Amino acid sequence: MANVRMHVLVCGGTGCTSSRSLEIVDALRAEIKAQGLAEEVKVVIAGCFGFCEKGPIVKISPDNTFYVQVTPEDAKEIVAEHIVKGRKVSRLLYVDPKTTEHISDSKHMDFYKKQLRIALRNCGFLDPENIGEYIARDGYMALGKALFEMTPKEVVDEVKKSGLRGRGGGGFPTGLKWEIAASYKADQKYVICNADEGDPGAFMDRSVLEGDPHSIIEAMAICGYAIGASKGVVYIRAEYPLAVERLQKAIVAARETGLLGNNILGSDFSFDIDMYYGAGAFVCGEETALIRSLQSERGEPTSKPPFPAESGFWGKPSNVNNVETFANIPVIFLKGAEWFASIGTAKSKGTKVFALAGKVNNVGLVEVPMGTTLREVIFDIGGGIRNGKKFKAAQTGGPSGGCLTEKFLDTPIDYDNLIAAGSMMGSGGMIVLDEDDCMVNVAKFYLGFTVEESCGKCTPCRVGNKRMLEMLEKISEGKATEKDLGRLRELASIIKDTSLCGLGQTAPNPVLSTLDNFYDEYLAHVRDKRCPAGKCKSLMQYVIDPAKCKGCTMCAKVCPAGAISGKVKEPHVINQDKCVKCGACFATCKFGAISKR
Amino acid sequence: MDKVKSLDDLRKMKAAMQNATELREKGQNIDKLIEVKVSMATCGIAAGARETMAAMMDEATKRGIKNIVFTQSGCMGYCHSEPTVTIVRPGEEPVTFGEVKGKRITEIFDSYILKGELVDGIIPLSSKSIHD
Repeated sequence: MANVRMHVLVCGGTGCTSSRSLEIVDALRAEIKAQGLAEEVKVVIAGCFGFCEKGPIVKISPDNTFYVQVTPEDAKEIVAEHIVKGRKVSRLLYVDPKTTEHISDSKHMDFYKKQLRIALRNCGFLDPENIGEYIARDGYMALGKALFEMTPKEVVDEVKKSGLRGRGGGGFPTGLKWEIAASYKADQKYVICNADEGDPGAFMDRSVLEGDPHSIIEAMAICGYAIGASKGVVYIRAEYPLAVERLQKAIVAARETGLLGNNILGSDFSFDIDMYYGAGAFVCGEETALIRSLQSERGEPTSKPPFPAESGFWGKPSNVNNVETFANIPVIFLKGAEWFASIGTAKSKGTKVFALAGKVNNVGLVEVPMGTTLREVIFDIGGGIRNGKKFKAAQTGGPSGGCLTEKFLDTPIDYDNLIAAGSMMGSGGMIVLDEDDCMVNVAKFYLGFTVEESCGKCTPCRVGNKRMLEMLEKISEGKATEKDLGRLRELASIIKDTSLCGLGQTAPNPVLSTLDNFYDEYLAHVRDKRCPAGKCKSLMQYVIDPAKCKGCTMCAKVCPAGAISGKVKEPHVINQDKCVKCGACFATCKFGAISKR
Repeated sequence: MDKVKSLDDLRKMKAAMQNATELREKGQNIDKLIEVKVSMATCGIAAGARETMAAMMDEATKRGIKNIVFTQSGCMGYCHSEPTVTIVRPGEEPVTFGEVKGKRITEIFDSYILKGELVDGIIPLSSKSIHD
């Protein structure tokens, strides 16, 4: 049979590859060959499907069978049963946790039902290393349309009309940014793609670059045409080796096909892209610091104005957009600005990709229309909180953002609503917290991150954040007083007001947001010297309930500090002076006799 | 890969590459397409189901029928009439045909696939599954 009748798509994103998905590919190919089916069944390494929780994913087309948590050892059965005999391997299908039914088509899974994939449209569908597949799916047609049917001004207007706003965090209108960059006259201009994704937990830009690199190349070329730039620069963190490799291959393929280089598609427009590697400094996500880093200088922000649109890379007008923003551009030209603007809320158009993580059942990459509520994202798509625990908060916006509590669960998510709620969109990290998470600890985690990442250029950020972190440490050790809470808030607002760049201005947000929403929890730490979530080690004790203790001696055996004593068949006791609070006894006790207090 | 030097070149390349992703596109819209399920259990394969599937795919290509997709199913239990093929026209009840090979294939294309007219040799569905 010479007709290819079946495609087997295997996720080749970073998450699934680390769970041996490339071995699955090899095993499938070997088995298909052994069965003599190599000509009729094609195995494709695709981008991220988003359902990382259940990876590695293997999807079979055209019957749309979605296999989850596949191992290389399963390849033989998939080939023998599904591919040869048409019987789905039901043990590898997704089981709906509510109905316990096996679901074979991803369209029917709660995880996918409410999603609308624009930026991720090709992820998990195309082979990212095959430019032909991208072209087959209207790839580079948007560029063609821009070059031959539109003037640069019309291109800018189309983006303005779409209402697209920057997806990297700021939410600045993309069309307006392009218009400003286009307004400056210069012998050389630059299109810069910010692929320095650094928020803890966010990985949407990486997934787009790994799963659909050509969409970024195409969008950068469209931007180049719009603002009059012939050179593109991608600033990408070297810690993303797979994204680097795929983008590199895509750039080479685009050049070889004539879609980058001189006189693209026979027009007067020439454009090419270079890649620069960042060392993973968070501050380099700030556009002026990014540009300095590109110029081999220290990654430190400079004051604006001048904005990069006027004087950016090597002093030339430069337009900086992030990866997810660019990923939306080709669709705006293929489907029209009106279509794009019809999705979302009044001031936030289109969709947003969230990296859903933390104490939620379905960890993964989720793209939803703007205006979707937090409840839909966490409980419908995310499948609710792990282990039936209680939802406490969702942290959005990374180290620049804040916590959204239960009262915001039904707020439609968009740029303005999140800011009004005391958080921000940021690049789309969404970390779900449950009743076991201590909010002082959460604030400490994010502030610790910004203290590490502060470039040190200005005092409020370099010194102020460090002092704030010390105050938080004091609080979690039970050494702080109520007066410290007031000083913490005062210092936070000074840092916000006096820092130069976005990093410093937003660094106190996680502290302020937790202070606003969980003041009682802070009070419990300073007044009662108690951590309600039982997370702060200094404020917590493990105790043995003598009524429940059977004297089995298991706890005494696992205690690394020798802090537990007692005779066989008699209740044991923990010596609090020796206890290191590792929790080993707690995990070992079969009788529930040990509790945190 | 050849260079694309014009928008026309790009359109040609898109047309040439169409079959690279067609199966996946079809999979996403399977409800709107004529789905031809070839029963491919051991006895079906022994009776020539694979050859039937290949021949039907060739026939569709030859006739330029685009709104059709070929999938396979497991054993349907109609061992007496293998190879069996179930065809689902969008929004209609599935119809199962027995002994689909050779001239039967053109016959099924001429009448049922193109016009929705039934031909002889339909296996009446007399059983129900738990999904019904």
